Amino acid sequence: MRYAKTKALLAGALLVSLAACGGGGGGSTVKVDVNKDAKFPSGSTMAKLQDAGKIKIGVKIDQPGIGFKDAGSDVPEGFDIEMGRIVAAGMGLSDDQIEWVTTISDNREPFLQKGTVDIVIASYSITDERRQIVGQAGPYYVTGQQLLVAADDDSIKGPDDLDGKKVCSVTGSTSIETVEKEYGANPAGFDSYSECVTQLQNGNVDAVTTDGAILLGYAAQDPDNLKVVGDPFSEERYGVGYKKGDTEFCQYITDTIQKAMDDGKWADAFKATLGKSGVDTPEPPKMDPCE
Amino acid sequence: MINFGALGEMLPSILDGFWLTLRLLAYSAVIATVLGTLLATMRVSPIAVLRGFGTSYVNIFRNTPLVVLFIIIVTGGPQVVGRTEFTTLATVALSLYTAAFVCEGLRSGVNTVPTGQAEAARSIGMGFTQTLTIVVLPQAFRAVIPPLASVYIALAKNTSVAAAFGVAELTYRMRSLNEQFPQEAVTRFSGIVLFYVIIVAVISGIAQILERRLAVSR
Repeated sequence: MRYAKTKALLAGALLVSLAACGGGGGGSTVKVDVNKDAKFPSGSTMAKLQDAGKIKIGVKIDQPGIGFKDAGSDVPEGFDIEMGRIVAAGMGLSDDQIEWVTTISDNREPFLQKGTVDIVIASYSITDERRQIVGQAGPYYVTGQQLLVAADDDSIKGPDDLDGKKVCSVTGSTSIETVEKEYGANPAGFDSYSECVTQLQNGNVDAVTTDGAILLGYAAQDPDNLKVVGDPFSEERYGVGYKKGDTEFCQYITDTIQKAMDDGKWADAFKATLGKSGVDTPEPPKMDPCE
Repeated sequence: MINFGALGEMLPSILDGFWLTLRLLAYSAVIATVLGTLLATMRVSPIAVLRGFGTSYVNIFRNTPLVVLFIIIVTGGPQVVGRTEFTTLATVALSLYTAAFVCEGLRSGVNTVPTGQAEAARSIGMGFTQTLTIVVLPQAFRAVIPPLASVYIALAKNTSVAAAFGVAELTYRMRSLNEQFPQEAVTRFSGIVLFYVIIVAVISGIAQILERRLAVSR
């Protein structure tokens, strides 16, 4: 009798979590062809991953449309996730052989260097600085920095209106550096874009800035209060991060994604994720050669 | 390991952050000291309601993780009072949190003053306030310098939590410099740590001087 209440509570909690799972399970996704017959030279990263029957992919979980995990859902969804599934499938690894590891902007390089993850697909812009310490294959998608503001705010139409304005983004991201250094904005750094969006909804910051693709996802969630303004004022080329120096692996990633671009899987992935906010499917970008 | 050229390039940014960290520290330290002293007075006062309030305050704020307090104040604050500077919100969170520790530090100091001191003060006709301000607290402050110094050092380091709550202080700079200098991690960390060490060294130094000045043989 003593534990009757506890038991009831536990049972209740279990029901709630089960219900949540049921709801979240309906997420993705595009059908990928798991290539069980893929052969790779022994000793290569691909062969090792194939033998291990497992790949660890670093992704974001707070960017609707790109890499996002619902509360209560086990598996993230978004365009980055689809790219990860495509890359894994080329090595014969199916969805249940992928371990999704949550990364934030700050820990992507250390995770790759330490081997915490095998690849990073986390809205990871290709830059010269980053390419000095990690490898980046791609770009598999090109977007640009834009601004998310309150729907009734007409004072901000583009980056030139940001002087002295409070602009929120993730601490340590390229976007927040750009608006501070080049447009004189007052930076407010948070750990996630969702916290920034809350601050914008509260009226405590004037704008949220990051890649347009991410902002469109938030605007779509709350179109009455939020809008994306201005043309992209940077070019962000999303790449797949891998351990520096593994050219063979880079070539495999590039070839696999190129194939998906050619056979329409890339476009399917876009329509199922970012395309939901109403944007047209763009032409796939041209990828850099592996060095 | 440390690239001094890169450190020089980082310096303006680091100094920006350092200045903000110092301001956070100074404002929070002053407010926390005033509030903490008031709370300590309540906790040793003869009035039950005040004692109860002081005890509840300490129980709530000392037991709430600082990050949770930050989330509540930084997210909830603007919803209640409207647009607020993040520096102000961070100062409020740090002050409320640290006041609980200042209060407990002072109270332990008050307890080191022998009861005879208070009794003697009362016997020559001093009231509670006089007894406290003229006789007990001055002696208590002397005893609490080392523990209070620890509280302020903890506060100095706790200001780094604000980096994730809209304040571009020292730790924020450390993280944002990652973008420009991803290959200079060691230099970046060393540069930032150096400035925290400076702050802590200054606080410890002041504490030592005060301890020596105020030392009395009983």
